[in-house]
Amino acid sequence: MHRLHSYAMNKPARGSLLGIEHLEDKEILGLLKLARRMDPRKARPVLRNKRVVLLFYEPSTRTRSSFEIAANSMGAITTLVESSGSSIEKGESLLDTAYTLRAVGADAIVIRHPAAGAPHLMAKHLDIPVINAGDGMHEHPSQALLDAFTILKHKKSFKGLRVAIVGDILHSRVARSACHLLTRFGAKVALCGPAELVPEFATTLAPGLHITRHIEEALRGADVIMLLRVQQERLAGLKINLQDYMARYQMTTARQKLAKRDAIVMHPGPIIRGLELTSEVVDGPQSVIVDEVRNGVPTRMAILARALGKAR
Amino acid sequence: MPNVKNQRREMASLLIKGGHVIDPAAKINAPMDILLREGRVAEVALPNKTRGGADEKFDARGLIVAPGFIDLHVHLREPGQSYKETITTGTAAAAAGGFTSVCTMPNTSPVVDTEEWVAWLRHPDRGAVVNVFPVAAATRASRGSSLTDFAALQRAGAVAVTDDGKPIHDDEVMRAALRLGAELNLPVVQHAEDTRFTEQCSIHEGPTSFRLGLRGMPAAAEGNVVDRDVHFAQQIRESRLHVAHLSTSDALKAVRRGKRAKARVTCEVTPHHFTLLDEDVGEYNTNCKMNPPLRSATDREAVLVGLADGTVDAIATDHAPHATHEKQVEFERAAFGITGLETALALAITRLHREHKIPLARIVDLFTAGPARVFDLRGRGSLARGNFADVTIFDPKKRWTFEAAKSRSLSHNTPFDGWQFIGKVVATIVSGKVVHRAD
Repeated sequence: MHRLHSYAMNKPARGSLLGIEHLEDKEILGLLKLARRMDPRKARPVLRNKRVVLLFYEPSTRTRSSFEIAANSMGAITTLVESSGSSIEKGESLLDTAYTLRAVGADAIVIRHPAAGAPHLMAKHLDIPVINAGDGMHEHPSQALLDAFTILKHKKSFKGLRVAIVGDILHSRVARSACHLLTRFGAKVALCGPAELVPEFATTLAPGLHITRHIEEALRGADVIMLLRVQQERLAGLKINLQDYMARYQMTTARQKLAKRDAIVMHPGPIIRGLELTSEVVDGPQSVIVDEVRNGVPTRMAILARALGKAR
Repeated sequence: MPNVKNQRREMASLLIKGGHVIDPAAKINAPMDILLREGRVAEVALPNKTRGGADEKFDARGLIVAPGFIDLHVHLREPGQSYKETITTGTAAAAAGGFTSVCTMPNTSPVVDTEEWVAWLRHPDRGAVVNVFPVAAATRASRGSSLTDFAALQRAGAVAVTDDGKPIHDDEVMRAALRLGAELNLPVVQHAEDTRFTEQCSIHEGPTSFRLGLRGMPAAAEGNVVDRDVHFAQQIRESRLHVAHLSTSDALKAVRRGKRAKARVTCEVTPHHFTLLDEDVGEYNTNCKMNPPLRSATDREAVLVGLADGTVDAIATDHAPHATHEKQVEFERAAFGITGLETALALAITRLHREHKIPLARIVDLFTAGPARVFDLRGRGSLARGNFADVTIFDPKKRWTFEAAKSRSLSHNTPFDGWQFIGKVVATIVSGKVVHRAD
């Protein structure tokens, strides 16, 4: 029996959500089922007297506000700690920050951090649930869950579903979490982008993944199209010509026609109209981008209820 | 307290009886008795056939008696970083691991790039319990642009030069270093990493780095540098190139090429590189984070072949102690490096010998004759008559569990805590004095 750790550490507290990769099927299905029963305007106060700290080392609009509203809807007290304007600016370590928040009375911590594995480090040293709101390039489990929730509102099941994910997959935690979840339930996922952003070993992430460099191939017959943000600075850094990139990978209404007629178009946001997709696609009838954001609240209510409430 | 005094007294003579001697340099692999006198090997004889008498006797029945082990690559963290390790604690850990000589790396605070610092490291006031051979910086402050005074450093006791921690990146500087090294018969040790491709990287580039969302160092970042350096070594007559902590199949291919072309190219491999893989990082275990990183199965396989067939000259630990607060942070921010002095022999016997069937004699060679040859440590690495009385006695069959908390090192950043091993050091003798005895 070989351990590879020499520091005293514990298993993450029950109710933690660190990623999709190690989440069991029944847990994923349980969360989706619970999310369907959540109504932000008519929620029971299952988290009354619970204190949820939102620890955000990175900026966020959607994720932060939807976790906050989700928690408040269920009666929890929320506090936001951002790196700027806190002792994190003075150099306080992640673990010391964790201990401090625990001491101040946090019952759960929702953390977004630029370093992969930050929530895992925290979870190993705390006895309260840690919820990953995005750790570097690694995972964004609540996004994958709300996307799954959204897909199931339009499609009967994941089995055999054809999904195309287009864009900067290498740097995307959204893509990784989505790949884990969708393939787990039998979807076939095409990863599409240039080699610099979609390396060959991306297919080793999960079964049922394949790579194509041609957006047409990815879109043909697709049931779900997931677009990812592409950073202009990154393209420049990789010496990829922006015009060239858009010519090859921008989502347009013309390209959309290659997919199934009832295909849905998704994007985790923030969107850059005119870069990875055109305004027509964003505002078109097949786009469910706004629904995703809306669905984020019941999804995160389910996540918090599982962490802290007596989830039914 | 007479017992303590006896232990501390220079042992005038010691007879190691009943053991099985493995001394690859002397081509001995047989039961022999060894008589040590006044810090030197006085006799190596068939059992019970030593002629001289001895003050003390060591019962080595059932044990292997080998030349004192030599570690070509350790970080003792002095000057300037003694919160991680000191020469006293680091050499105590070395002794516990069976090492009688260690070669210390210069990436301290300040960098060891002057004769004064080399002399400082060797001074008895440092409290070393084993022999310390400094490797000095190849360039000033290891900034990679102007060479240090190799001749002066060598005179002061440096056995090689390196900018370890960093590569010697510039073609001209590396060529100049090899040329100057050739003139002085001084090895240049290269930490082979093309830093243009490893910025912000914390792990090997491959399926594991992709899965964990970490930036990965491509194998080619090591292979390309070794390739280039071997070319230079082939072109520059009598130059001596030693590849530090070799970890990839590509780098090994280049070393093979250089050796076939009769260039004086040598290399070392760490125990963690012949034991672990990149996937052992698991859930961001920073005790599996080092540079070069743990690699792929293909790389480990290549390294195992090289250890068996002689392409690899030495096992070296790259013992790199770090404080807890430097490791208990986010993976990409954690310090690179793990300790290794006390687990090296155990890993070699358990993995290389028991699992991969590499003969014990070959393993002893990798700890003794091989490293002695790489840095020209005269009178060491073999128990020939007249050589220094540095001896490592170990039990190749002893089962034991390594506990990091009991380590002699100041730091406990090891992935091997709780590992069950076969093979343990029983006694370590330096200049005829027992500096470590297993409890």
